[in-house]
Amino acid sequence: MTGELAIRLRGAVKRYGPITAVDGLDLDVPVGTCVGLLGPNGAGKSTTMRLLTAQAIADEGEIEVLGYRLPGDSKAARAECGVVPQLDNLDVTLTVEQNLLVFSHLYRVPRAERKEAIEGAVQMANLAARRHDKVDKLSGGMRRRLLIARALVHRPRLVLLDEPTVGLDPQVRQELWALIDALRVQGTTILMSTHYIEEAQRLADTVLIMSHGKGVAGGPPAELVFEHAGREALEVYGPPARLAEVQAEAAEAGLRTRRTGTSISILGVDANGHPFEGERRPANLEDVFVLLTGEEIE
Amino acid sequence: MSTVERGHLGRLERPALTGVLVREIVNFSSYWKASTFSSTVEPTIYLLAFGFGFGSLVSRAGGFPYVEFVGTGTVATAVLFSSAFPAMFGTFVKYKFQRTYDAILAAPVDTEELVTGEALWIAMRAGVYGCVPMIVAVFFGLDLSWGMLLVPLIGWLAGLGWACFGIMIAGYASSFENFNYVVSAVLTPLFLVAGTFFPLSTLPRWAQILGELNPLHQCVQLVRDAVFLNLSWVDLLRAGYLALFAIVLWRIAIHAMERKLID
Repeated sequence: MTGELAIRLRGAVKRYGPITAVDGLDLDVPVGTCVGLLGPNGAGKSTTMRLLTAQAIADEGEIEVLGYRLPGDSKAARAECGVVPQLDNLDVTLTVEQNLLVFSHLYRVPRAERKEAIEGAVQMANLAARRHDKVDKLSGGMRRRLLIARALVHRPRLVLLDEPTVGLDPQVRQELWALIDALRVQGTTILMSTHYIEEAQRLADTVLIMSHGKGVAGGPPAELVFEHAGREALEVYGPPARLAEVQAEAAEAGLRTRRTGTSISILGVDANGHPFEGERRPANLEDVFVLLTGEEIE
Repeated sequence: MSTVERGHLGRLERPALTGVLVREIVNFSSYWKASTFSSTVEPTIYLLAFGFGFGSLVSRAGGFPYVEFVGTGTVATAVLFSSAFPAMFGTFVKYKFQRTYDAILAAPVDTEELVTGEALWIAMRAGVYGCVPMIVAVFFGLDLSWGMLLVPLIGWLAGLGWACFGIMIAGYASSFENFNYVVSAVLTPLFLVAGTFFPLSTLPRWAQILGELNPLHQCVQLVRDAVFLNLSWVDLLRAGYLALFAIVLWRIAIHAMERKLID
C-alpha cells in the first residue's frame, strides 16, 4: 500500500477569463494521510477542491482521485468521496435525520444499511438529542458538525474539507478538530484547505502552501518550519521607526525578517553572534507562511 | 490503484435520479401545505371569477356550458402555475441562495440527472395539482367521465415541458429580476391565448395559427377532448407536440444548468 495515492494532480491549470486560479499545481495525497492546503484567500484552494469533484473542469493537466481519472470518471470517484463545503448548504427546513436520510440516498447507501449509517452519522455529529430538530434551530457549531457528518454517511475513503472551521468560535473549532482527528485515526484520507495555520499544524501530516495558484512549498509542518524559518526566531518590539531600523540592520546581517504588525520577527537566529535583543521563540508555520506567500495582502 | 480498471458510471442512473427525488419528496413534507394551498386556490379563483363572472354574460363557449369550458381550460393554468413558476424560482433559490446544487453535484449525481430528477418531480406535482380545477368544476356541474383519468397524465406531460422551461430560464437568468421579463413577455400572453377563457376561433387567423404553437393551448385541447370524450388522432399529434416541447426544453435546460453549475 505504500506510495498509493488517493489524489494525484499534475500540472493542473484552471483559468477564469484573465484570472488563472490554479496555475500548474502538483499535489499528492497518499492514502491514509491528512494533507493540508494552506494559503491566503485567493490562492486557489477552493478552486482546487472544485476540480477534485469535477465541479470545475481543469483547462490543462492530469487529475486522478482514488485511481479514477477526472473529469471522465469523476462520478465514480465522487461515490467514494465525502465533501464538506465551505458554505453551509444543508436543507434548513429539514430535520437533522432528514438531511442525513437524503444524503444516504444521494450517496447510494444500500437500503439495508441506511438506518445504521444515519444513526452512525448522528452519533458522530453528537446530535442524538437534536435528531428531530430542524436545521434552522441548530447553532452554528451543530450545523457544521452535521455538515461533516452528512459527508461521512456513506463511509467515504477520502474526505475533502474546504475551510472546515472558517468563521467559528475557538470552542467550536476545537470540537471540530477533535472530530476530524477521529476520522484521521480511523484511517480515512483527508484533504483539507484552510487559511488557519494552527489548524494545518495540528491536523495535517503534510502541508502544501499555495500562493497564486501554485504550490510553493510542501512537506510535514515541522520540516517546513525548519527548512524555511530555522529553529528559532527573535521577536523585537518597538515603535514603528525602530522596527524599520531593525529590519534594515537584520537585512544587512543577512537575516530574514517578517513583520507581525506589532513587532519584527527575525528568523533563523539559531546561532548566536548577532546584535539584536528581543524575545526568543520557536519558529512556526506562520513564519513560513508569511515568508512564502508574502506580507502584503492583495 | 491507478492500474485498477474500475467501473465508469453511466448517464441518467436510477440511484442518482432517486436521490434527487427523495430530496424533493422529503422537502415537500415540510412545505406541502403552502404549496398545495396556492396551487389549489389560484386556479379555483380563476374558475369562479371567470366561470360565474363571465358565465353570467356568456352561457356557452366552444360548444360547452361556459363553466365546463373554463373548468377544463384552467387545468392548463394550474399545470403552468405549478410547474413553470416553481421551476424558475425554486431552481434559482437552490442554485444561488441555498447552494443545494453544489451539495448534490459533490455526490455521484451529474447535472443531467439533477435537472431530470427536478423536472420529473415538478411534473408529477403539476399532474396532480392540474386536476384541482377539474374537480372543483365537477361540483359546479361538470359531468364525470372516464377521460378524466387521462388528465393527470396530460398535466404531467405538459408540466414536464414547463418545468424544463422554468429550469432553463433559471439557468440563463443572472438575477431574480430577469424573471419579470419572462413572466410578462412569455408566460402571461401564452396563458391568455391558450383557449382557456375563450375559444381561439374568435381570434384573427394569424393569432389562431400562433395559438396552435402554444403548448398551453395543446394542453387545454387535450384536456377538453379527454374530459368530453372527443379524442381523435389529432390528439395524438397534440400529445406528440407536448412531448417534443418537453424533450427540446429538457436538453436546453441541462445545457443551461451545466453552464451555470460547472466552471
